[in-house]
Parts: sequence; structure tokens; C-alpha cells
Amino acid sequence: MSTLSLAQPYLAVLAARFSLMLQYRTAALAGFVTQCWWGIIKIMVLAAFYAGGADQPITLSQAITYVWLGQAFLALLPWQADADISIAAETGNVGYERLRPVDTHVLWLMRAIAWRVANATLRAVPMFGIAALLLPVIGLRAWAWQPPATLLASLMFALSITLTVLLSSTFTVLLNCAVVALKTRRASNLAPLFVNSLSGMVVPLVLLPAWAQGFLFWQPFAGLVDIPYRIYFGNLAGNAAFAGLFAQALWTCVFFVLGRAWLSRVMNRIDMQGS
Amino acid sequence: MPQILVHDLTKRFHVAVRDPGLAGAFRGLVRRRSREIVALASIGFSLERGELLGLIGPNGAGKSTLIKILSGILRPTSGRCEVDGIVPWIERIAHVARIGVVFGQRTQLWWDLPVIESFELLANIYRVPKAQYSRSLEQLVEMMKIAPVLEVPLRQLSLGQRMRCEIASALLHSPTILFLDEPTIGLDAISKLAVREFVKTLNREHGVTVILTTHDMHDIEALARRVIIIGNGRILTDSNFEAMRDEVRGERRLIVEFAEDVVDIEFCGATLKSREGRTVEFAFDPSRSPAHELIASIAARHEVEDIRVEDAKIEEVIARFYSIHGAAES
Repeated sequence: MSTLSLAQPYLAVLAARFSLMLQYRTAALAGFVTQCWWGIIKIMVLAAFYAGGADQPITLSQAITYVWLGQAFLALLPWQADADISIAAETGNVGYERLRPVDTHVLWLMRAIAWRVANATLRAVPMFGIAALLLPVIGLRAWAWQPPATLLASLMFALSITLTVLLSSTFTVLLNCAVVALKTRRASNLAPLFVNSLSGMVVPLVLLPAWAQGFLFWQPFAGLVDIPYRIYFGNLAGNAAFAGLFAQALWTCVFFVLGRAWLSRVMNRIDMQGS
Repeated sequence: MPQILVHDLTKRFHVAVRDPGLAGAFRGLVRRRSREIVALASIGFSLERGELLGLIGPNGAGKSTLIKILSGILRPTSGRCEVDGIVPWIERIAHVARIGVVFGQRTQLWWDLPVIESFELLANIYRVPKAQYSRSLEQLVEMMKIAPVLEVPLRQLSLGQRMRCEIASALLHSPTILFLDEPTIGLDAISKLAVREFVKTLNREHGVTVILTTHDMHDIEALARRVIIIGNGRILTDSNFEAMRDEVRGERRLIVEFAEDVVDIEFCGATLKSREGRTVEFAFDPSRSPAHELIASIAARHEVEDIRVEDAKIEEVIARFYSIHGAAES
């Protein structure tokens, strides 16, 4: 079997889901407005914090870019399990997933990737338009999303944000497994706590105390926000940037392996009683 | 060699139980108890290629569980099961590529997608070659009469339209075995007929092996030559449908609409089955008391508006069968 036909089912699901997600324009618009609002609040808080005067590891302008990047790529954060799989788990339809002649784990991973990428694209593009292009034009350059530090930084960022998608998607599959195992979407309720606070979405990790930096850098969720954004504005460069990419790749592999093992375990245990 | 072989198949589920009331809920926090449910108890049968098997039984009898094991979704607790020499839950991917499954109460098409897009996605998932896909699509669309709804998102379809699309979708990859779990549930008469006609053609002309569960005895009557009745996870009988019906033929029904209020309605050779106002239903055995004699004796004693003679319903026979074996839903 050629590679193409081997990949055919997964690519088809990826494409179908991507085009479906792009249809949810109203949700994207609402999300976009909310994200602008939170972006402004976070920037005001950071500005007040920087006005305090102490030396910080990143400049205010970098911190502001961090916030805009966070708002633009918010949809990449794995807060909850796949909505369709959650419904299927709750209604018992999830057994249907086993009727397809494909690897369920890879299929779920593709669905997660399509979902995250489509959602993030819908929000990142207008966010870039407003924060990076519009703000400087209307004289608010100090509050704008700055361009990447160097060409190399932008290439490394592209690689890093790709790893973010994979990291987030492999983690989403773990959430799917939790939801299927417990038959309720509430099984993934704890996820936002870790994902928000340990990724840097609430407070940029780099601004947290120096003694915690080692742990913060190497825990899995830094790869969702902190690592790619610091690569973007050059705070992580050279070896530090490679270490960041390595941390992202490492945790992606760990989640991938865990997801495969867990999925086969929950699928062997589903009972699907009644009809 | 039979296509489907099931031997000594057992499936037990554990369900959580808790004592009633608030105290019970608190006790449940500390100590979880579970109860064992035996969905299938040592089931065994075999099926040849091209057969059409009807599975019937009360709710909770184990029919769906059996279908789910055969289709590779569930693992049995013990026992053997082979389909074309493959153990479904072990070589799952190879197995499911060759079967089609429809669960009448569930949907496998994408809710928000137009039907045709779901079909195309399924064709990709099953790696159906392009030419073969357009051929089976054309055939299925014509047989199921779904051409007008192909562009419509699934959620806007009626149940009947949806079920026809579901069945078509289960056949896009030309499976050699089709599992239908209550395919006619909730359908109107026309859709039921269409589904039955289609399943019949598929089985007789294309040689597809079909296992069908249903509560609708007309489905069985129209389709199945062989019937297995399941109750409490056991096979109660595995027989020819004709034989089962002949058993029923011994009893017929006489429905009389009297033109007057009748008090004494005892007739020799007929037993009273039910009575609603002036309409009374009797059961009788035509070999002992022929219908014309019975009618004559009734008409001689009362003013009669209308009289009809009917065969006993297969449902009643089955219901009697369940109660004899203590299999009725408890």
C-alpha cells in the first residue's frame, strides 16, 4: 500500500474537519472580541507591573507581544476534549469509532490537529491585523504586536508553534481518553487549571520567580505558550531555543505514547450497554 | 466452513449500584458496589455465507451485545467467535473493513455535514477506490431513493430519510456481511417497506450475509428464513421461520362487531380473547371448529354488524414464547 493510500483516511478526516470548523464564523467572531478585550486588560496589568520599576527578564514591549501572541493563538490551548467525541462518549456512540478500519488514535489526533489549527487560524489572522498592523498605524506602536526578533527567530518560531499544535493535540487525545473512560465531558474539567497557569497564559512564565524557572521550562505546558513566544521575540535564542524545541518535542512524544496506551485500554473496556 | 462461528460466547458487564436515598449515596462515596449483569450466557451458533438471520428477543435480551461483539466493538468475557476466520476484537481493523453495521438508534453520519460529504469521507476512511465508489454510490442512491437529500445536512432529514442514508453509508465499501440492529425502529410504513425491500435484494441478489435484530415481526416475516430467539442472554430457539409460523397457524382469530349489546358471549369452540364495547375477539382452532360453523352459530344468536377472521399475530406467539421461558423483560 502506498504512503498516500495509507494516509488517505486520516487526511480526509483532517480536511473535512478543518473545513467544518471554518464554518463556525460566529463563534470565531465572538471569541475574537473576547480575546481582544482580555488582551487589553492583560496589557494594562502588565504596564502597571512594569511601572513598578524593578528589572524584568523581558521588556514591556516583549511582554505586550507575548500577550498578543497568546490572544491570537489562544485556540491552540487544549482546554477540553474533542466536543464530538465527548458527545459520543456520553451517549455511548463512541463504539462507532471502532467500526472504522483505521487506527483510532491517529484518527483522533488528526481531528484534534484540524480543530486546533482551524480555530486558531480563524482568530490569529484578525488579531494580527488589529494588534500588529492597525495599532501602529493609529499611533499606538508602544502597545502593538512587534515583529519577530530576527529572521532566524521567525523560522524557529514557525517550527516551535508547529510543535505547539502537536503537543496540544496529543494532550487533547489524553483528554478524550479521560472523557471516554469516565463517560462524561467533566472528566477534562481539571485541564484548564494546569493548561492556563503552567503554560504562561495567565502570567508569562518568564516573569515568575527565577528559582522556579528550571521547573517551569521543563514541565509539559510551557511548550504551549511560553517557549514559542520567547523564541519569537528572541528571549530564547541559540542553545536555549533548541532546548525549548527539544522540550516541546519530548513532551509531544510522551503524550503520544501515553495516548496510544490509554486509548487501547479504554477501548477494550467500553461496555456500550443497551442499544 | 461457516462464515460466522460463535461458540460458548459469554459477556458479563459490571454496573455500579448504590443503595437508595441520601444515606445510600453517602455510603456509595466510601464503598462502591457493583452488580454483575450477564448479557450473553454461553451463546453458540453458526451462519453460512449468504444467510439472512433474524435475531429477536425482548429488550435487554442480549441481541445488541451480540451484534457489538460480532462487529468488533466489544470484547466478550469468554468464548470464541470467528467471522471469515478472523476474531473480530483481535484483528479489528481487518475485520471492520469487510463488514457493514447499522444501529437503528444511533447515527454514524456527521450531523452537520451534507449526506454526500459524509459518504465521501467514509469512502476515504474505507479506502474505496474512486471508480468503485461512484459505482456503488450510484447503485445505492437509486435503490434507497436518496438522490433528493444528498446535498442536505443530516440534521435536517426525517428519520426515514436518515435511516435510508445510514444503510447506504454502511454499504459504500461493499461489505460481505451486514449487521442491522433495529433498522426499522421508528420508521413510517413506506420507509420500512423500502428498507425491507432493499435488505432482501442485497441478500438474495448480491449474496450479502445479513444479521438483523428487530422488534417488528413484519421485518422478520418479510426477510428472515432463519430466526434465533434470545432471552436472558441465552438462545431460546434457533429455527426456521416457516416452522415457527406454522405453529401459530393452529390458532386463528374471529373478530365480531355486534349490532346490539351482548351479555352472554360464550360460544362453543371459541375462547374469548378481548372485548371492547360491541367488538369482541375470539380465538379458535380451525381444525376443530371450522370458521363457517362458528360464524353461523354466532349469527344465529345475535345481530351482527361485521365479522372478520385473522391469523394469530406472530407477536403474540413470540410473547408467549418469552413468558414460557421466563425471558420477558423483568
